[in-house]
Amino acid sequence: MAGITGKDAALTAYADALAAEAPKGRSLTQDALRRLFNNKAALVSIFVLTAIVLFALVGPYLLPWAYDKIDWAGIRKPPDWAKGHYFGTDQNGRDMLARTLQGTQMSLLVAAVATFVSVVIGILYGAIAGYFGGKIDAVMMRFVDIMYALPYILFVIILVVIFGRSPVLLFVGIGCLEWLTMARIVRGQTLSIKQREFIEAAKAGGAGPFTIIFRHIVPNLTGPVVIYATLTVPEIILTESFLSYLGLGVQEPQTSLGTLISDGAPVAEALPWMLFTPAAILVTMLLCLSYLGDGLRDALDPKDR
Amino acid sequence: MFGYALRRVLTAIPIVLITITVCFFILRLAPGGPFDGERALPPDVMKNLRAHYNLDQPLITQYFIYLGGVFRGDFGPSMVMEDFSVSRLIGIGLPFTLMLGFSAFVVGTLGGMIAGAIAAVNQNKWPDYLLVAIVLVGIIIPNFLMANLVQLVFGVYLHWLPVGGYQPGSLIHLVLPILILALPHGGRVARLVRGSMIEVLGTNYVRTARSKGLGTRLILARHALKPALLPVVSYLGPGLSYLLTGSLVVEQVFALPGIGKYFITAALNRDYGLVLGTTILYVFIILALNLIVDVLYAWLDPKVRYR
Repeated sequence: MAGITGKDAALTAYADALAAEAPKGRSLTQDALRRLFNNKAALVSIFVLTAIVLFALVGPYLLPWAYDKIDWAGIRKPPDWAKGHYFGTDQNGRDMLARTLQGTQMSLLVAAVATFVSVVIGILYGAIAGYFGGKIDAVMMRFVDIMYALPYILFVIILVVIFGRSPVLLFVGIGCLEWLTMARIVRGQTLSIKQREFIEAAKAGGAGPFTIIFRHIVPNLTGPVVIYATLTVPEIILTESFLSYLGLGVQEPQTSLGTLISDGAPVAEALPWMLFTPAAILVTMLLCLSYLGDGLRDALDPKDR
Repeated sequence: MFGYALRRVLTAIPIVLITITVCFFILRLAPGGPFDGERALPPDVMKNLRAHYNLDQPLITQYFIYLGGVFRGDFGPSMVMEDFSVSRLIGIGLPFTLMLGFSAFVVGTLGGMIAGAIAAVNQNKWPDYLLVAIVLVGIIIPNFLMANLVQLVFGVYLHWLPVGGYQPGSLIHLVLPILILALPHGGRVARLVRGSMIEVLGTNYVRTARSKGLGTRLILARHALKPALLPVVSYLGPGLSYLLTGSLVVEQVFALPGIGKYFITAALNRDYGLVLGTTILYVFIILALNLIVDVLYAWLDPKVRYR
């Protein structure tokens, strides 16, 4: 039976092997994850970010000094391992490492809450504008265009002026103003998704517009939303530290990275550790988030490369 | 072309009006005010103060008084810095801010374009890697941190440039502020030029130009530059708004006498008159500049005009 070339034998062996162990299918998510993990910069960023987040959350319990505790014997001292001030102390004798960790926590919290707010508003706004289309779309997107033209940091500052300097309002305020790009992206995606057959099927099945938006369109937006949310986080951290730097953000004894940098900057000549500790954390975080965002974009949206 | 420009101007007018209205009402309806001190003022004094600033009138009357003033270029009095009208403070600060922003804009745009073109021509060689690294640093490090680091290194450690103490007319004091403002702007421009230039250099007409024996420089100047600049022009609008927020910080860090400094002080003091006036002014400047950029874009790319 075997042919001259032995082709049949090879094919039979292959077919047997297939029957014994079928190759596993790969889902889109698995593909995306594989691409993400092949990206060295993104992988390192994930590890570094995880380390920073864990250390910011757990670290304060492991340190000998609390962020608001004053060490009267160690005011304005450089890093001193024997006393447990690993990154020195500030003018009030508070431990810089503890304060930096607390500031990192605050910055991360602002970023998480504000990103969440901006994602929710952006998805709702964009999906509704895109799905209904026509006049509604034109009016809604014209509003976004107008808001785009205006420097939103001014509005954040106005919000701060009005509501005083409560951190919660700061989070929500930043989130309320950072949703514009998200709305644009979501609208664009919605416009193309709503042409697809499964939407038509849902309509034929009698689903109302909001059921279609939430059950069928929003789940299909995950990729771009995740990518853009990752890119929003560093922007919000920047905005928060910008406001705190100007004295409009988080107030004493709470700190954020921006507040710490603004405290450290005037005395950087004499007490350089007060500037460099928070600055290093801030820059590392921003750098990692930007690499991670780029990595996610390449992984989830390969045609864009 | 003229019709397009006119249409853009007409759409900008309602935006200005809406901004003025929204900002006015948000600020007026908010609880608290510039006269809420530690110590309560005697009722008579309070009454006179309120009458002086028209605060005893109904809100809608106040709005029209304010709007009428704005059209005449009068933004009302500053509520905390007595003896100064908002227009006067703006008149003191605005020329400086515009000068600073414009210099940074020119330096950043030109520098970014040249750097981006050099990187694109040397793609994946050392000038390219160097540029990408500098751009990353310029964009990632926030400008308030960069300003402080640069002050520390060039001013305090190396003593090359002064870190503060600006006197009118002194150029040496402006070197660092302009560079700090220009760096992120130039970085983004360079990134855009690099991307689009690489794309343009791969097109068929550039290959044709090369195959008929034109030198690299001539190809760049005559064939590659104009199409590669389109994405840059569309970035200039948002870029201006980054420059503006950047100037808030730079003026603060280097103690320069621009409106950014007044704006921050006003926000800290809850000086509504000044906050409102500077916001309206900023919005107006940004809209006007965006308008110019849009018209410029329509001139470069005829497709836009007929959309």
